Amino acid sequence: MSTSASSSSDRRRSSRRRDGAATSSRRRGDRSMVPPADFRSYYGRPIVKPAPWHHDIPAYLFTGGLAAGSSLLAAGGSATGRPALRRAGRVTALGAVAASGYFLINDLGRPERFINMLRVAKPTSPMSMGTWIFSAFAAGAGVAGVAEAAPLLPSSLRHLVTPLGTAGGYGAAIVAPALATYTAVLLADTATPSWHEPYPDLPFLFAGSALASGAAVGLIAAPPAETAPARRLAVAGAALELAAGHRVENAYGLVSEPFHQGRAGKLMKAARLLTAAGGVGALLGRRSRTVSALSGLALLAGSIATRFGVFEAGLASARDPKYTVVPQRERLAARGPADAPKQTPADAPTPPAGPLAPGA
Amino acid sequence: MAGPNSFYGPLDPAPDAGYVDAPPRMGFFTDTSVCIGCKACEVACKEWNAVPDDGFNLLGQSYDNTGGLTANSWRHVAFIEQPGSSSGGCGGGCSSGQATTTPGAFAGLPSGPSASAHSAAVASQTVPDTGTAPGIGPAFDALAAAATTSSILDKSGSSQFLGMPGSDLPGRTLDAPREDFRWLMMSNVCKHCTHAGCLDVCPTGALFRTEFGTVVVQSDICNGCGYCVPACPYGVIDRREDDGRAWKCTLCYDRIGDGLTPACAKACPTESIQYGELDELRERAAARVAALHEQGVSEARLYGNEPDDGVGGDGAFFLLLDEPEVYGLPPDPVVTTRDLPAMYKRAGLAALAMAATAVVSFLGSRS
Repeated sequence: MSTSASSSSDRRRSSRRRDGAATSSRRRGDRSMVPPADFRSYYGRPIVKPAPWHHDIPAYLFTGGLAAGSSLLAAGGSATGRPALRRAGRVTALGAVAASGYFLINDLGRPERFINMLRVAKPTSPMSMGTWIFSAFAAGAGVAGVAEAAPLLPSSLRHLVTPLGTAGGYGAAIVAPALATYTAVLLADTATPSWHEPYPDLPFLFAGSALASGAAVGLIAAPPAETAPARRLAVAGAALELAAGHRVENAYGLVSEPFHQGRAGKLMKAARLLTAAGGVGALLGRRSRTVSALSGLALLAGSIATRFGVFEAGLASARDPKYTVVPQRERLAARGPADAPKQTPADAPTPPAGPLAPGA
Repeated sequence: MAGPNSFYGPLDPAPDAGYVDAPPRMGFFTDTSVCIGCKACEVACKEWNAVPDDGFNLLGQSYDNTGGLTANSWRHVAFIEQPGSSSGGCGGGCSSGQATTTPGAFAGLPSGPSASAHSAAVASQTVPDTGTAPGIGPAFDALAAAATTSSILDKSGSSQFLGMPGSDLPGRTLDAPREDFRWLMMSNVCKHCTHAGCLDVCPTGALFRTEFGTVVVQSDICNGCGYCVPACPYGVIDRREDDGRAWKCTLCYDRIGDGLTPACAKACPTESIQYGELDELRERAAARVAALHEQGVSEARLYGNEPDDGVGGDGAFFLLLDEPEVYGLPPDPVVTTRDLPAMYKRAGLAALAMAATAVVSFLGSRS
């Protein structure tokens, strides 16, 4: 018995050490004070179910953010007389909105019933709210994007279309911040531990990511004479994305852990590097069109990696019962013994050790 | 109809959902102390509701070959084989010095350590195809592996020889002596929460609250967005792959409206599954726990019966003989929408910050 006991405890201790090494900071600060993640489960099976979503959803998180960011860029360009920023922003927003629509419908189990989303407007469902936000945004961004084709139209029509495009563009820009941040609530409003717990910081991460990707479009498409605001936007967006990302990845104790492990860990690391490089490039590459375009590409890639990384981390946290059981146990323990279930010897974290029962 | 407790807290869900003169709230009380693991509930549910098969898997988890609740399994009988006293699996980690505790109700019964820890450790890492998504997930870190007395990768164990008939299950490791043992069984089901995350987040209105306070999916509305799946704190609802829609227990909405008992409760031979008015079931459950405590089963406790818990109390609650997580239940579930107002607030702040950043970036200089 003693050998069996030590071998199993060795295995657990080693897995604990892995946990500690992977998480750079924990709620209690001192790593050595972190209680071992001992917990019980039903054959190690997950408790909550991971979202049944495929790559369409993280892809939409990116395209939705890109649409929001680029529509803000277009509105800024339109208001301050920068036609290249306006054109690039509007065309990108139109393309990103179309791609978003495709991703959203394609991921449904019953795509032909997507219209059922418009049956209700339900504040308790971020997806319902998002549907309406997206619809409003798509209307504005669609008109603005199509209006960029005005130069091809006969002059009589052009006079009609251009003001419509301006109105649509400003309309889309007003909705854009909601479009970029509701997706954070969409993920957070689940029982998926690594999506729910970081809900205070997730919207800022997505807002920064959307700004950075929208600004990246300006860096790539506009001549240096017009890119000054896009640069400022890129740097601010990247800074926000990095700061909020740092919080999400480190400030939430055990449920921050999946952001450092496996595919999610690689994606989040890539996102950090690409976003930082893009931000620095946007700041320093003022005179070089090439450096600006490369910075823009890095920011776009960073934004994609952020979205897929957050998505994967959530799924990983749902697949391991540890992230469901341990935080809930800590919550119960913190609430005190009065609220905790009655403790009996059978309630010990693992079956108690002791001699055989007489007569057994 | 939204009241102060519409998101969180004690509530009678049917009137809150707008029903006038709603009938009493109906529910299940599942008393696991008398469950014999016959799975009649699983079968009856499938028969009545025409639920498809779930893959005919062999999971190596004791007698559980269903694995969990999925779109194709609306009742799931869990089987847990537990060392009642000393055994491997405790290791140096657990507090020693505790006296051997043979639960009174199990004293004198033939028992031993988990017979299927090895196969459970292996099987839990496979993904049985239940025809649903996400279905039964693989286990990340099979604790069963820790409960076995040798590495599952160690092929040298002579116990893998299956040729000689014996009194033990195939695959059982014989490197631990037989000891006190107990077998826990529980028929799991949708909890029909007072504050149901699945219902809250459904963007089409396919999920709705019935006049009995239960939660039902309208399959002709559901468009398979899958949002309800991660929203459930118990991991109940699931999506069928061939049909794309979400499915779960309806508490036999088509039966109870006609005054019939749900199929599972009707089929249960030991009255482990009891159906009735929730208030009455709660009284019955309290009396049952008191009786068990009196008989020395001190570990008996109710799960999901408190109207002030994280989901406002379950419409289907349980009497358990161990911690909830041992049965695959979350120890302290909280409906995710409790925090939704705070989430919207943070998103609003982030949106404002985003708009302000854009404005400042363009106002900065008109170069």
